[in-house]
Amino acid sequence: MYSEKVMDHFSNPRNVGEIENADGVGEVGNASCGDIMKISLKIEGDVIKDIKFKTFGCGAAIATSSMVTEMAMDKTLDEALQLTNAAVADALDGLPGNKMHCSNLAADALHEAIKNYREKQG
Amino acid sequence: MKQVYMDYNATTPVRPEVLEEMLPFFREHFGNPSSVHWAGRQVSGAVENAREQVARLINCSPAEIVFTSCGSEGDNMSLKGTVDALRDKGNHIVTTTVEHPAVLSTCQYLEKNGCEVTYLPVDEHGMIDSAQLEKAITEKTILISIMWGNNETGTLFPVEEIGAIAQKYKVRFHTDAVQAIGKIPVDVQKANVDLLVLSGHKVGGPKGVGAVYVRRGTRMTPLIHGGHQERNRRAGTHNVAAIAGLGKACELAGERIEGDYQRVRDLRDRLERGIMERIPEVKLNGHPEKRLPNTLNVSFAYIEGESLLLNFDMKGIAASSGSACTSGSLEPSHVMGAMGVEIALAHSSTRFSLGPDNTEEDVDYVLEVLPPIVERLREMSPLYKKKA
Ligand SMILES: Cc1ncc(COP(=O)(O)O)c(C=O)c1O
Repeated sequence: MYSEKVMDHFSNPRNVGEIENADGVGEVGNASCGDIMKISLKIEGDVIKDIKFKTFGCGAAIATSSMVTEMAMDKTLDEALQLTNAAVADALDGLPGNKMHCSNLAADALHEAIKNYREKQG
Repeated sequence: MKQVYMDYNATTPVRPEVLEEMLPFFREHFGNPSSVHWAGRQVSGAVENAREQVARLINCSPAEIVFTSCGSEGDNMSLKGTVDALRDKGNHIVTTTVEHPAVLSTCQYLEKNGCEVTYLPVDEHGMIDSAQLEKAITEKTILISIMWGNNETGTLFPVEEIGAIAQKYKVRFHTDAVQAIGKIPVDVQKANVDLLVLSGHKVGGPKGVGAVYVRRGTRMTPLIHGGHQERNRRAGTHNVAAIAGLGKACELAGERIEGDYQRVRDLRDRLERGIMERIPEVKLNGHPEKRLPNTLNVSFAYIEGESLLLNFDMKGIAASSGSACTSGSLEPSHVMGAMGVEIALAHSSTRFSLGPDNTEEDVDYVLEVLPPIVERLREMSPLYKKKA
């Protein structure tokens, strides 16, 4: 049911964890739908220097979280804001249809983290 | 890779003796049991033999057994057939919030068609309160439909008490015993059951065959109209091979129920104890004692069920989960919801259901593989705060 890429990211997720004293943190989802994603960022200048995730969720939720951290690493904030949930799913060679809306929130979590950073900057 | 199957509540392998019993009916003895000629005569005995074997397991007479195509059909037939036949008496059904979808969805369908249904709540162990059942009965009540054992948690309902209440108020009692059959003794007389549903593939028989016990004198409209098979209760040419297999599976279940399930219970208990000892923050879902001997449903806090199952699968372990992702909807299991299990824990619920082919090595393998998987997924979970 899942692509090889999904299973790769699911079984060897990249950038798991939480950055201490993160510059920006974003969390989306809730327990009732069964998916919660939390992304933390280290930002230097305008560039994402480090990114980590923690996710409670199914295989798709974990794989998209891992994938978005790879895609956003070393990107400028404006570039990272261009990343969409659909692009993350594409990079994983697609997700099963029923997972497209419920577990495909990783780009949203990234955007929330950037928003949080910018708010803190004032 | 080692493969460990602990999903016997989903389905079971066909027992070798059952397969042997079935094989002749595909080529050599292919006849239609309703035919008068030699080819028909060769197989009609097999159907009647199977009927006796099923009847013996649940302590009824063979004439009270109706063969069906599966457990779901049995439940549909019992509910819809009762409602249609007892229209003049009333339109009210009492059931529970934790029935299998074969009953629940049928009840919802019947509600759209003029029935009233009371869904009895369950407590944190998934248990109903018989006093509430008694209170729910009105003069319009025509049917009590309450399962024998729950497929997700294994919780066993007090069927004998329910049967006594049904008798007291002269209400028909239907029970879905799909999960109980072959795992614990089931006696339709003791429990005063009018309709009992079972399914072949949960007892070492083939998929796509089942039976309903219909107590003698029970008025019921058929679900499948057509020929005169099954004393006009269920039309359709008999699936002879599958019926013969179901019969054999029931015979074996009767012979082995005690030995097999004492062993299975010991294995299940070993697994349960092992998990509780090795892993912190695990919650048992289901009744601590009144439970099918093979079933263990637990929530590993902070972890979503599907991701756990995928990790199990990578290690060759087959189990199941009540998470939304595995229930095929956006909501976690209705059974967990009915028990008041906190939503995140409902998404974490994991069912191990063991069977006669499991061994101590299987259990120990699971106990070895499980803790690091749980630890790794917890490390990944934003809900998890490691205890210092
Ligand atoms: C309690 C219960 N009832 C009914 C069924 C349906 O049986 P079948 O798969 O034969 O339709 C099942 C199996 O999924 C079950 O566990």
